[in-house]
Amino acid sequence: MRQIYLDHASTTPVRPEVVEAMAPYFTEHFGNPSSIYPLGQEASDAVAAARESLASLIGATPREIFFSSGGTESDNWALKGFARANATKGRHIITSAIEHHAVLHTCEALEREGFEVTYLPVDEHGLVSVEDFKAAIRPDTILASIMFANNEIGTIEPIRELAAAAHEASVAFHTDAVQAFGHEPIDVNELGIDMLSASSHKIYGPKGVGLLYVRRGVKLQNLLDGGQQERGRRGSTENVPGIVGFARAAELAAEEIVPERDRQLALRDHAIRRILEEIPSAKLNGSWESRLANNVNFSFEFIEGEGMLLQLATRGICVSSGSACTSGSLDPSHVLLAIGLPHEIAHGSLRMTLGRDTTREDVDFAVDSLKATLQNLRMMSPLYEDFQQGKVESVIERFKADGFPYAN
Amino acid sequence: MAMNYSDKVMEHFTNPQNVGEIENASGCGTVGNAVCGDIMRVYLDIDENNVIRDAKFKTFGCGAAIATSSMATVLVKGKTVQEALEVTNKAVMEALDGLPPVKVHCSLLAEEAIHAALWDYAEKNGIVIEGLEKPVSDISEHDHGHGDEDDE
Repeated sequence: MRQIYLDHASTTPVRPEVVEAMAPYFTEHFGNPSSIYPLGQEASDAVAAARESLASLIGATPREIFFSSGGTESDNWALKGFARANATKGRHIITSAIEHHAVLHTCEALEREGFEVTYLPVDEHGLVSVEDFKAAIRPDTILASIMFANNEIGTIEPIRELAAAAHEASVAFHTDAVQAFGHEPIDVNELGIDMLSASSHKIYGPKGVGLLYVRRGVKLQNLLDGGQQERGRRGSTENVPGIVGFARAAELAAEEIVPERDRQLALRDHAIRRILEEIPSAKLNGSWESRLANNVNFSFEFIEGEGMLLQLATRGICVSSGSACTSGSLDPSHVLLAIGLPHEIAHGSLRMTLGRDTTREDVDFAVDSLKATLQNLRMMSPLYEDFQQGKVESVIERFKADGFPYAN
Repeated sequence: MAMNYSDKVMEHFTNPQNVGEIENASGCGTVGNAVCGDIMRVYLDIDENNVIRDAKFKTFGCGAAIATSSMATVLVKGKTVQEALEVTNKAVMEALDGLPPVKVHCSLLAEEAIHAALWDYAEKNGIVIEGLEKPVSDISEHDHGHGDEDDE
């Protein structure tokens, strides 16, 4: 059966060029970068070249790039490291309600250490308001962390404006750019970003490697104490093949970043339009205007997400959902609840995230399969039966009545 | 979170038995709620000898919810009302070759849906079914596990 992978926000396949670049660092160049003989030097040079390459892609200097085990570690490091190193200046942190759990759960851990955290709400499109942000800043605010783009609904936040507002009040600004790095052009100086988290496996690189950009002068405590790796900031022998692969993947992404984004954007809009035109009781989640080029996220009424995912999987389509049943927790996605979705339609959400290999045929096949799947599940649904008999009202109708534009 | 469903669960999910409604059913019960993400409705057609001639269901819910509803209706069909009471959630689970731990509540809901339909039948006919307790119409306290999405 043909497999159509539409879950690129979850992870991506490693590009063959990346595997090729990594391979020698498992075998002939296997040395430890800390060793002084040539084998070690080769590895050390490779890490330095990767650092330089990644720095140049975001307008940073190599000394501002620190390698980590991935986005989660980078977020932990940025938040815990900064908060602990700057606690004497203040103990208040600002973030948003729709952050990834790598940020949200880190903030909760910091609250247990005595820090105070403001979780800013978002509007129905998933956007953080710059006014709300400014209003949340207090004399003791030391750090703000707002994601570049949301992993579930793809909303791109007003990073430039938020960073500027933070700086006006001498608050450091971190962004979790895991979903945007390598997909949207990012220049840390132009945008005023002080710290940025990125991950390799979202950009066709290997899993288990990421980076934290830390602007020169920003003080962080170590998260991992150990050897002198990363200039004494993070002990642990460098993941040399991973770092080499990450840099190669980022270079390849940079070569095609704008044309590939525009190509995916056209496919995304095609999918969104088709769903809105052809599937009743459907609502686009997130913003259409300020949205990652690869993200399609809908709620469908009267059905539950896991059933939809399983049926689509039997047709070879790999997608994800914010339903409780797919995460194994009682509540549906915190992001969908934060944009104001009632539980019953948050359970019926579907995320399709496109990638480099996605074609228009793939998108059409996915939408056709989705139509068939929904029809099938709705025929089985007691809620749909009640709706057709006029016994219950449609939740999505309410959104339309309230003026939400992208619903059918 | 990847779900490790048995082949039997997948069979009943992809090809559910007894989907539909029964007009003028002898008994009909609905349990669960949309906020929690699962609702089951069971229709029973019961003859004058207290034998379940037909059973149909409609379910809003995950793969396990659909599979357990399907299996529960299969198991009660042809049974007497008393025998149907013995179709417990354990029996449904066993017939499906097991369920992942976080999905056990689906089998409880299926048992509850059958009981709700039987209760409706008993009420309509003014009879008492021995061993049948009034079903909980809203099982919101079911025991899900906890996990996280894995996007980072």
